Amino acid sequence: MSDRWVSSLREVKAEERKAPEIRRSFEERKAPEVRKNPFPLPSQLQSVPAAEGWQDMYPYFTRFRPEDDNRFWFYNSMHFPEPMSAFDSISQEAPYAAMGAVTTRTFVFPAALGIDYRVFNGRVYITGNPVLDPKEIERRLGLFQKRAGHYYQNWPTLYAEWEKRITNLIKEVNAIVVPQLPEFEDEEVVTKARGIAQNHYLWERFNRLIESYSVMWHHHFEFLMLGYGAYVVFFQFCKKAFPEIPDQTIARMVAGLDVLMFRPDDELKKLAKLAVKLRLEDKFSETKPPAEVIALLERAGAAGKEWLAAFEKAREPWFNITMGDGLDYHHRSWNDDLTVPFSSLPRYIAQIKAGDSLERPTEQLKKERERIIAEYRELLSTAEDKAAFDQMLGLCHLVFPFVEDHKFYCDHWFVSSFYNKVREFGELLAREGLLETSEDIFHLQHTEVKQALTDVMVGWASGTGPVGGPHWKPLVAKRKKIIEALKKWNAPPALGPMPEAVEDPALLMLWGINKETLENWAKPEGEQSENEFRGFAAAPGCTEGIARVLKTTNEIGEIREGEILVCPATSPSWGPVFSKIKAAVSDIGGTMSHAAIVAREYGLPAVVGTGQATKRIKTGQRIRVDGNQGIVTILG
Amino acid sequence: MKKMQPVLWFADIGLGDRLSVGGKGASLGELTRAGIRVPPGFVVPTSAFEVSLESLDASGEIRRTVAALNHDDVSSVAAAAEKIRARIRSAPLPGDLEAGIARAYGELCRGQADAPVAVRSSATSEDSEEASFAGLQDTYLWVRGERGVLDHVRQCWASLYNTESLTYRLRLGLPEENIAMAVVVQRMVPASASGVMFTRSPTTGDRSTIVIEACWGLGSCLVSGEVTPDRFIVSKVTGDISAKTISSKTLRHVPDPVRGGVRDEPVPDELQAAASVSDDIIAELVAVGKTIERHYGRPQDIEWAVSDDAPGTNIFILQSRPETVWAARDAQPIAKPAASALEHVFAALGHRKS
Repeated sequence: MSDRWVSSLREVKAEERKAPEIRRSFEERKAPEVRKNPFPLPSQLQSVPAAEGWQDMYPYFTRFRPEDDNRFWFYNSMHFPEPMSAFDSISQEAPYAAMGAVTTRTFVFPAALGIDYRVFNGRVYITGNPVLDPKEIERRLGLFQKRAGHYYQNWPTLYAEWEKRITNLIKEVNAIVVPQLPEFEDEEVVTKARGIAQNHYLWERFNRLIESYSVMWHHHFEFLMLGYGAYVVFFQFCKKAFPEIPDQTIARMVAGLDVLMFRPDDELKKLAKLAVKLRLEDKFSETKPPAEVIALLERAGAAGKEWLAAFEKAREPWFNITMGDGLDYHHRSWNDDLTVPFSSLPRYIAQIKAGDSLERPTEQLKKERERIIAEYRELLSTAEDKAAFDQMLGLCHLVFPFVEDHKFYCDHWFVSSFYNKVREFGELLAREGLLETSEDIFHLQHTEVKQALTDVMVGWASGTGPVGGPHWKPLVAKRKKIIEALKKWNAPPALGPMPEAVEDPALLMLWGINKETLENWAKPEGEQSENEFRGFAAAPGCTEGIARVLKTTNEIGEIREGEILVCPATSPSWGPVFSKIKAAVSDIGGTMSHAAIVAREYGLPAVVGTGQATKRIKTGQRIRVDGNQGIVTILG
Repeated sequence: MKKMQPVLWFADIGLGDRLSVGGKGASLGELTRAGIRVPPGFVVPTSAFEVSLESLDASGEIRRTVAALNHDDVSSVAAAAEKIRARIRSAPLPGDLEAGIARAYGELCRGQADAPVAVRSSATSEDSEEASFAGLQDTYLWVRGERGVLDHVRQCWASLYNTESLTYRLRLGLPEENIAMAVVVQRMVPASASGVMFTRSPTTGDRSTIVIEACWGLGSCLVSGEVTPDRFIVSKVTGDISAKTISSKTLRHVPDPVRGGVRDEPVPDELQAAASVSDDIIAELVAVGKTIERHYGRPQDIEWAVSDDAPGTNIFILQSRPETVWAARDAQPIAKPAASALEHVFAALGHRKS
């Protein structure tokens, strides 16, 4: 017995010994990577005065520590453009835990571990965790080859299974029933000898909901990092072969055309066509609330019924697309708020009547992509290069559908279902007097929600009822004030010492963080031109127009025909907006971010990853967007 | 006297005629044949030079004198060069040659009396690449009239005997009897803007990148470095302009109608900071550049001009030379095909050389 104890202790020790190796590579990074520091250090950040106590909104492990001053951090404004509510801590915990597991532990990426994150003033700062020791990279590579190889080699089969799994998961979440606590348990609990009362299910269902969220994120990253890996390799090859090739051109070679994220918009166009065919055009108006339009259609006889049936069919699943990126509870889906689709319908109807086909010129885009690929291939000097080019690009085309389509399943369909289910728990807590409204649940951390549910569970059982109202209600009120105060904070784009190199595939491909971005951010204010700033040239073309600055995606309805969209980060569900605007500018995002892909498809100039567009540009200003050079100019 | 043709028209010559029309002439002929818009012209071939040299120096004294020179003895090289040049400049051309050139010039002038032409040296040697002569021979711009053309043909021939050319040949030990000079006579383009186009990036060697430099007026001020040109970086494949650098162009070269040749002129204020070519012109240039590169099968350095006079497409190609600096590096592959595509991922993410 005792022997077994000793030996298993030894095993634990061996496990512990592995960890320092990872840590060592972290330690080694400090010396060579540190350069003269253009960014503030985490320890130099000041809390917003009117937001005292913001730290209590987020878990203790998200706070900056003294040693974090030695590392480089950047503000993840792509995923968290606004100060985070307490509940949304879960949208770092689950994704970063899953993502890091994939790179560090499951597939064992040779040179990149996971992402570390910290929260300050409600903003999320992240940093990649590279492996620098060549021996360690080599050791990890052996495992990576075997594991990643299995996925790459069986990609189509595994992906088909994945689609089934994720769709089932979404079904399961939607099927979770929030318990209603009755005065007396159903008789069946006795007659069928169930033996378990409803209050138990408060825990059980909520736990299941939270667990399913974690499961989704594991699936989300299951293929994604491998996909980015393939992209990075092809990008690197192209940059070597064609040192001046714009990223957006490489992206055009990689991007496929049959992308799920275009479906919601395509469905809208189909509905617009049907409305014209059924002569229902006059029922739609940009200013009428959706409910009123639906009521009109219900009274419009057989034609109205036919349209509404088609509409109901299109909604599931295609309207489960959120106006954000799926990481923020108040980014509602089209199904939750029909304003976006219904404000787009009249415009599509008008376009159809004016003779526009509304079809995406897929064939033409496909041909153009083939031409671009063929011409670059032809420009390679040797037959070996051409063969390598084919292999690398082939791999990109293999992974592309997942990299794009997972967003619909995970970030939109699943997440909007998830948040709606959380709202149902919120309704219960409001009903039980712990919260003012169901939405207030998002001002509690999920661990606090569990505590509140426990209160309900206990109070229902004892018969005295829950006591949490006086505890939670003032806390929620205080946190709402804190969030408002935090909104005024001007978050620095980066913190800590400038890194020598950026290696992480996700950082490069998704956030578009590379050497150039950093140097751009590092420029002192004085050196930055008053009216001009740079970002990534994401989609070609150059145009001028009136800016519409949208800081949150809920303002999406404000945008008018022919304006230039300026936003913290565009997200896939903004499809209908793209047929309305002239150009797009974002604070953050790289060449393969969805905004860039959509802009290229719509033939709109786009500059992404400017870091500062929403701060510098005001709605109504005339701006020039040069999507070839990645320059935005404020004209006045 | 050898039989010879006094002139050869661009349309009748190509790269294979290098030895008789020189590199420049052959290239202009080749471009013309490839359907590229080149200002029309003809070449006075090397045989004409040979015949001429024979008639003024039947005993071969000139070549003997040169062969006997010591390239270190700069002053005697200079003195001999001066003497030879004077002789060539003053000697009348053999009658049928003069008549042939005059007739050809007349034809070139169709539609415009005394049309301006460029008269350019185009030297050849059986022993050396033409490129090594670059810059050692003269070009005369904006020459007008029959007399002027004939004079400048002789000037070009004479330039073969300027001190630098002589010293260069002597130093390399190139045999004099293999040295000859063709002369290109070509209509001038009244250029509103002109410049150069590199069909691969001169800074990185990127074959998918075209770099265009442009200035107002004639291209001579760009070649001579008197003006910092506008610079455009364009994708050869997509045509997207990825960078535009518009410089302040205070000066331009324009034809000098009084003295012939070109003269400096200040650029009007409103044009100085303006782009000297439009996006449309850039697109046309890129299309022409791609055609020329495809024709030759390798990247080119191209001189071009935009004419205000010509109707329709008004881009003219003045010259195209193969790019030589980066060409040497192309043989090395960047990556080798692997047993499977995955190997590339493993190699790159594992920091190994593929």
